[in-house]
Amino acid sequence: MADTVSSADVPAMTGGKGFPAALEWIARRAEGFVIPLAALIVGMVLFSLFIALVGKSPVQLYETMWRGGFGSWFSIQNSLSRAAPLLLAALCVALPARLGLVVIGGEGAIVLGGVAAAAVGVALNGAPAFLVILLMGVAGVAAGGIWIGAVGALRHYRAVNETISSLLMAYIAIALMNHLVEGPLRDPTSLNKPSTQPLADIYRLGNIPGMEVHWGLVVGIVACVVSWLLIEKTRWGFAARIAGGNVRAAQVQGLAVGPLIVGFTALAGGFAGLAGMLEVAAVQGSANASLAAGYGYTGILVAFLARHNPLAIIPVAVLLGGIDASGGLIQRRMDLPDATVLVLQGMLFIVILFSETFYGRFKAFNPDLWQRPDFLKGTI
Amino acid sequence: MTERFMLSRRDLLKTSAAGAALGLASASFPISRAFAAAATVGFIYVGPKDDYGYNQAHAEGAATLKAIEGISVVEEENVPETVDVQKTMESMINLDGASLIFPTSFGYFDPHMLAMCAKFPDVQFRHCGGMWNKDKHPMNAGSYFGYIGMGQYLNGVVAGHTSKTKKLGFVAAKPIPQVLLNINSFLLGARSVDPAITCQVIFTGEWSLAIKEAEATNALVDQGADVITCHVDSPKVMVETAAGRGAFVCGYHANQSPLAPEKYLTGAEWNWAKVYKMFVDDLVAGTPLPNFTRGGLADGFVKMSPLGPAVSEAARKQFDGTLAEMMKGGFSVIKGPLKSNKGDVVATESQAFVETAIELESMDYLVEGVVGSTA
Repeated sequence: MADTVSSADVPAMTGGKGFPAALEWIARRAEGFVIPLAALIVGMVLFSLFIALVGKSPVQLYETMWRGGFGSWFSIQNSLSRAAPLLLAALCVALPARLGLVVIGGEGAIVLGGVAAAAVGVALNGAPAFLVILLMGVAGVAAGGIWIGAVGALRHYRAVNETISSLLMAYIAIALMNHLVEGPLRDPTSLNKPSTQPLADIYRLGNIPGMEVHWGLVVGIVACVVSWLLIEKTRWGFAARIAGGNVRAAQVQGLAVGPLIVGFTALAGGFAGLAGMLEVAAVQGSANASLAAGYGYTGILVAFLARHNPLAIIPVAVLLGGIDASGGLIQRRMDLPDATVLVLQGMLFIVILFSETFYGRFKAFNPDLWQRPDFLKGTI
Repeated sequence: MTERFMLSRRDLLKTSAAGAALGLASASFPISRAFAAAATVGFIYVGPKDDYGYNQAHAEGAATLKAIEGISVVEEENVPETVDVQKTMESMINLDGASLIFPTSFGYFDPHMLAMCAKFPDVQFRHCGGMWNKDKHPMNAGSYFGYIGMGQYLNGVVAGHTSKTKKLGFVAAKPIPQVLLNINSFLLGARSVDPAITCQVIFTGEWSLAIKEAEATNALVDQGADVITCHVDSPKVMVETAAGRGAFVCGYHANQSPLAPEKYLTGAEWNWAKVYKMFVDDLVAGTPLPNFTRGGLADGFVKMSPLGPAVSEAARKQFDGTLAEMMKGGFSVIKGPLKSNKGDVVATESQAFVETAIELESMDYLVEGVVGSTA
């Protein structure tokens, strides 16, 4: 897919003979929406078959899912709350992916970011809230950035496979977190659930005014927009996309591929670390084993479904947050096990990955081919 | 001023959302159980309901409530200790009309359940643990827990009679007080049979990590342990692995005998059905629910699995005798003279700690005879 020349890059040859310009404009941009949407529908149809096979009504299922995920203001907030940490976790996968790297160990950056933030919050107890929260954020970003940045450095300078190393480093990070919260950073009163000292209330992040969703959602959306601008609108992003397409070509062009890889992976890890900080400051109030809740792994799914486009991460995260939120209602109303939504997620993932092969294959999305006499032959 | 405006706006949204949910629910579920019931009780589990362990023990308790007239039970499994559990509780209240919620995992209490207690003062929350403190926590919150250490002592009695190698094994999650008390009780039970018995403990570091539990069980068998027990969320992996290697097992949390009928000796089980029924009876009668309740074998909070086919007559006799003594009350598992495996005195000649003793709740040692380290 990466080496297919996309239609948008080819200069328009026909100049819209016989077709309204608006139709061409839409056609050129529709592919990125229509294919994922069709994949989503196919995935849901396949899942309906599965549900029908186990003897339940797919109609009732989707109705319940809608009610649990988006059917009321409470449900929408429920979905958004669950989507919030996924935004930053997905960026940890999407940013390196634009450089051609598959980083799947964001979970490690999240837990270490959370521990670093909690340590700072406890150490600076008494200082002004604004300063402490800011420094907690810096600590979270730094911890996560160093962790995933190291994966990038190992990749570029020592040729260590980043997929494997990031995954293994996530295990190390979780072990390190357990060691720190059970040892040096432990609150002695946390007997049966080892945790760091609780943060003072003034250092806790509250909810967005008028909503019951914490500030992590806003931070995540801003981070996605900033990442999109970075990739699409800056020369670093351009360089990263070149290097992602062909590292040798980028090197021949004189691009500093090493710093680019380390910089992007560190930024990606920084975002994941920030997710950990938000989890501590907005939800948990201390660092403990609950930080390893699997957000880093769900983030992989979100990033792949969004095709590593930071803007697309926002709706995909909300969708998965909604699926997650409705999972509870499905259990309660339809007596289906929790694994039901995992099956749905898995089916969507497979279908959407498969749909990648359809990009550039539909003539309908390429106005340059509309005038050709054989337009209606062959593929659609 | 803005603050007041926002509050009323939020309340408006909340009310309309609840109204919409109610409308939808009644429209599509004309005979929705949740709304037909006199009271809806919510249960939240951190793992699968059929894990042969911690969560299954709670789910079995919840299942007994379903038979009670007018009580509707809603359940959700695999809920992580994050904002997810807060939203699950809220969803049970908003969409199912739950008036009593049991978040059963230890990590649900602070900050998650406490946040919901503040938000829904009319809903009752009871948490499995023992964290509730009347000076710090609201009155619509509460704790219930059982003293299961004596169950592990009885496991140890049977294990002590059954072991040929005089080496026992224990697969443990984390070196926290509850777990340490179970390990120590198991070994002391076995030593009541033969003071030469030792018990090797391996900590996996996680409450649920199947691969490490299997590795630990194999390592224990390799080192000669021939009776193994555990304290992890799901004993299933340990039971199947140990029985597959020919070792005997003692269960924990729930009854695992179906997994290894020949090798299962007995097990220390929770009897949450009794506790849940007690709460729900109060709820139906309209009397205030207790905020703090704990009990052991004698109170029916804990029970033993039926003895398996491999249990000898001598073991059965001592098991029955010790159990009868425990049922009388005042039995102490931890009593002097007793040393830790580092040589420190943990109980002097005159000291004996009954199961309710506060000292046991900050246990940080393994007793002499346990091979392993807390750190």
